[in-house]
Amino acid sequence: MDAEALIHIGIALLLAPLFLGVVNRTKAVFAGRQGRPLLQAYFDLAKLLRKGAVYSRTTTWVFRAGPVIGLSAVLMSLTLLPFGGQGALISFKGDFVLFAYLLGLARFSTVMAAMDVGSSFEGMGASREVTFSALAEPVLFLCFLALARHTGVFSFSEMLPAISYSTWTHAGPALVLVASALFLVTLAENSRIPIDDPNTHLELTMIHEVMVLDHGGPDFAFIQYGSALKLWAFSALVVGTLLPIGGIDLPTGVVLSTAGTFILAVMVGAVESTMARLRLLRVPQYMAGAAAFAVFALVIAL
Amino acid sequence: MGIWVDSTIIFIVLTNFMLLASSRLAALVRGVALQGFTLGALLLLTHSDNLTYRVWLLVVAAVGIKGIAFPMFLKRTLNNINVHREVEPYIGYSLSILIGIAGLLLSLWIGSRLPLPGPIVSTLAIPVAFSTMLTGFFLIISRKNALTQVIGYLAAENGIFVFGVTAVHSSSIWVELGILLDVLVAVFVMGIAIHHINKEFESTDVDRFSSLKD
Repeated sequence: MDAEALIHIGIALLLAPLFLGVVNRTKAVFAGRQGRPLLQAYFDLAKLLRKGAVYSRTTTWVFRAGPVIGLSAVLMSLTLLPFGGQGALISFKGDFVLFAYLLGLARFSTVMAAMDVGSSFEGMGASREVTFSALAEPVLFLCFLALARHTGVFSFSEMLPAISYSTWTHAGPALVLVASALFLVTLAENSRIPIDDPNTHLELTMIHEVMVLDHGGPDFAFIQYGSALKLWAFSALVVGTLLPIGGIDLPTGVVLSTAGTFILAVMVGAVESTMARLRLLRVPQYMAGAAAFAVFALVIAL
Repeated sequence: MGIWVDSTIIFIVLTNFMLLASSRLAALVRGVALQGFTLGALLLLTHSDNLTYRVWLLVVAAVGIKGIAFPMFLKRTLNNINVHREVEPYIGYSLSILIGIAGLLLSLWIGSRLPLPGPIVSTLAIPVAFSTMLTGFFLIISRKNALTQVIGYLAAENGIFVFGVTAVHSSSIWVELGILLDVLVAVFVMGIAIHHINKEFESTDVDRFSSLKD
């Protein structure tokens, strides 16, 4: 356990809500609005944490445990993720499998909590969430496989810092393909626009938001913070794939990666402003396209 | 240098997936136009060490015909026949993409087995040429609209073009020009035929042609 690896966790905990702020500000600029403050997500979290929680009599401990398990699983996944050319806090061979399934556990707990409420809308949202994540998971693993193949190592902490300028000269196109596939998965897994609309308030069309309708107060804050951290983790993954920062000193690496992550936030905002949401039936096609990118990145040998 | 050739070739595969995934005919026409321009770029990149007037002639002909003339002509046909999207293809779009991936893997296997005379510019070139041809043939058999089938035919021809540009050297340029001319005539004939078919039957769905009676 080294202090340098703690820097990323600190940055993520601190800046993840700002990522959402940047996404929303980009959307506001596109729409010609002034938009909410950049720090709105922090204000929301502070407000929710001050409130008390209300629990329906029909719910059981599963409903109360959901947000806690969800947030802690996402927090644990952050300890596996390298950032800024540095290794992660915890690393071992094949740690990306644990990373994927910690995020899977977070989703499972949210889904169980949603089912526990007994609302038909939440059950529908849970069903959709699980369907789409089942489609996204193989693509995520194909991306990890492609990264492992082109860097020759099997741990996040060695994989992402191994991407240097020379990796780009011989496997650049593959890295771009992996990053595109990961970006598509990021949008799908974090319920961003082509798949789900984070701003919609029509239960019939919501996916992620509908599952958390009955959570309030600190529980809802946990869920919001957890999803912000998850979005940050995925973006750090995309940025780590794209930035050739292997061998760069710590401060430069961290500054470059953080800047890259916020550029990605602007890109997410731009996608959300320029694209319409896909019909639910078109989502498998979207994921098949992402799979095509990932498989192609996996098979090209340069 | 090699990385730019590789990137261009990879871009051709991406346009193949675009052709497989889009249901809008206008998007298909755009995809095939993009492929035409990419072929021009590929030609320039592979011959960048000796850019003779023959190479330039072929670049201008390829981009002019595949990138500009065909798309404009197809677009005009599209406006005339007043059909904007492929309705109910035989094979759905998600499955089409998966079949495209399978075709790519098959082409990689073929590419690794095929003995070639002389050096080629990139190890990806032959697999991508095959996969572009397969994409074209797949579009022809899996879609019902006659215009999509013409686009499939163009994609298959683009695959042959990639093969010719990367595997066979400068002597093939006159052959390529000859093929371009043939394709040009074929596409114009097909375009006019589609227009007349549409006028006669009020549809370009090839399924209906099988029930023709006098």
